[in-house]
Amino acid sequence: MAYLAAKGADKQAAVAGLGNVAFILVLCVAAAAIFGATRWIGNSYAFFAAYVVVQYIVLGTAWNILGGYTGYVNFGITAFFAIGAYSSVVLYKLTPWLPLPVMIAVGGAAAALVGLGTGYLTLRLRGVFFSIATLALAVVVQTLITNWDFVGGARGAYVLRPKLAPLIGGEYIQYLYLVMLGLCVVVLATARAIERSALGYGFAAIRDDEAAAEAAGVPTLRLKLIATTLSGAFMGMAGAPLPYYVAYLDPASGFSLNYAVNAIAMPLIGGTANWVGPIVGAVVVGGLQQYVSVTISSAVNVLITGLLLVLFVILAPQGIVGVAQKWLRRRR
Amino acid sequence: MDVSLGLLTNAVISGLLLGGFYAAVSIGVAISFGMLDIVNIAHPAFILLGSYVAFIGNSVFGIDPILAAVIALPAFYLLGMAAYQVYYVAFERRDDQSLRGLSFFFGILFIVEVGLILIFGVDYTSVQAWYGGGNLSLGFIELPWRLLVPFLLGMAMVAGLQVFLSRTFIGRAIQAVAQDQQALRLMAANPTRIKRIAFGLSFATAALAGAAMIIIQPVEPSIGREYIGRIFAICVLGGLGSFPGMVIAAVTLGIVESLTSTFFGPSWAPAVAFGVLLLTLAVRPSGILGR
Repeated sequence: MAYLAAKGADKQAAVAGLGNVAFILVLCVAAAAIFGATRWIGNSYAFFAAYVVVQYIVLGTAWNILGGYTGYVNFGITAFFAIGAYSSVVLYKLTPWLPLPVMIAVGGAAAALVGLGTGYLTLRLRGVFFSIATLALAVVVQTLITNWDFVGGARGAYVLRPKLAPLIGGEYIQYLYLVMLGLCVVVLATARAIERSALGYGFAAIRDDEAAAEAAGVPTLRLKLIATTLSGAFMGMAGAPLPYYVAYLDPASGFSLNYAVNAIAMPLIGGTANWVGPIVGAVVVGGLQQYVSVTISSAVNVLITGLLLVLFVILAPQGIVGVAQKWLRRRR
Repeated sequence: MDVSLGLLTNAVISGLLLGGFYAAVSIGVAISFGMLDIVNIAHPAFILLGSYVAFIGNSVFGIDPILAAVIALPAFYLLGMAAYQVYYVAFERRDDQSLRGLSFFFGILFIVEVGLILIFGVDYTSVQAWYGGGNLSLGFIELPWRLLVPFLLGMAMVAGLQVFLSRTFIGRAIQAVAQDQQALRLMAANPTRIKRIAFGLSFATAALAGAAMIIIQPVEPSIGREYIGRIFAICVLGGLGSFPGMVIAAVTLGIVESLTSTFFGPSWAPAVAFGVLLLTLAVRPSGILGR
């Protein structure tokens, strides 16, 4: 029902808040300001740390498009992320002159196809089967990559990072960071546009009561496939610059469970209801992790993320954004 | 490729034995997922916890790894009951099993794994027992004890639980709980209590399965992840909630994996489970013996 009403309400929603174009402009200004601020700090560690946080905003938002909006849980984040990363490795070996944004597009397309295929085979069943299939997908993609000698197999692959950043000058990490910020703008703008469109209302109808949505004429399977494909594509895009970031990529690090846990924990901790949640989660948890891994150890920081995830889903299921909204409403 | 008959026979037999072990690993999920409809993806992590309990019992106290697991059974049972209580209060009662319930178990999986890494490190550990090496000779075939003991343990677990579930009041109540909670209430059985007991049982099987796992192969904390796909492939293929179906599925997967490792190399084996799982979900989601 909401879906049908939404088609009419679509235009109103866009007028009520900021229009999509205006929102993209705001995001671009914010991204430019953040890039300027990081450059002002001026050491390369700041770029490496900030890159990780922005990468997690992209990953978390990508996960949230499927998980938060439709309620289908994807555990196979590492599969999509690594498909993006390894497609860059392949392109690096075959056509090293390709610019990075093109590699990102290719990685995103490859991951989108895998998402579409997995979704097509499992999304007609109950949601848990999709979740289980994605868990297994991560293992099988890792098996395939480990057995594929062209991309280094179990030994891993080296990728030479260019010394200088194209266009902007300075170290190459600055360019990686700028590209990731650009990707972040695209992903956030898409997520917000979905929330305010008929598509978003269709997703919400699926999340709240799929049987009722189906009965009301919402094309549930098609919408779920759209969500899975988009979500997979963005995860692949987030992974595509990874080989240049780490310079050496092997299956163990490319498929590290940390990516999966963070991409799920950050939206759930921040709040899954809208596009703000994954940003809050990524900044809070990612910032905390950077702090803990410098001061204590990186094994402890992943443990903390796991504990935070469990505590939040039990005690504050609406996430930080939900808690803050409730608190503000009570104050009024 | 030279396919000799001896190689084929060996692969099938070790696959069969491996299948019995897979039944031991999967039976906990057959209870929690198949009968209670709780998707406990953290189960493999608790199996590994069982492996490390067996390891401590064996290396520190010098006792048999299976005996160590038996001693730990009550602790695992209580842990399972506690886990269900948290799950019930936080997710089942709020009717939020899918998104947050699944994420909850995912977080638990991760916490247990990282906890084991912090305590035991990432190196492989193994146990010492009389069945660690050697074969049982049955004329023309040789059965390695290392595979035979976990196989027998798995079969004993399946048989014991099958008898318990079909002959006792609580066992029958467990089978009924997913079907009709209201009818169960009319029989003066509290569904929440029944589910708590069943979830405790499911965790208790993890202790024994863990001992079986560390007998079959040396373990390290992240090995559990490989088993998630396998376990759920077996449970789905077997038809949820059916033990005979689960055993058939476990043995099938064991044999297919064993043939795959023999003829294509062991690094391909983890992909088999996923293929089986996807094929089942796409072709016959109710499994081979499903209703």
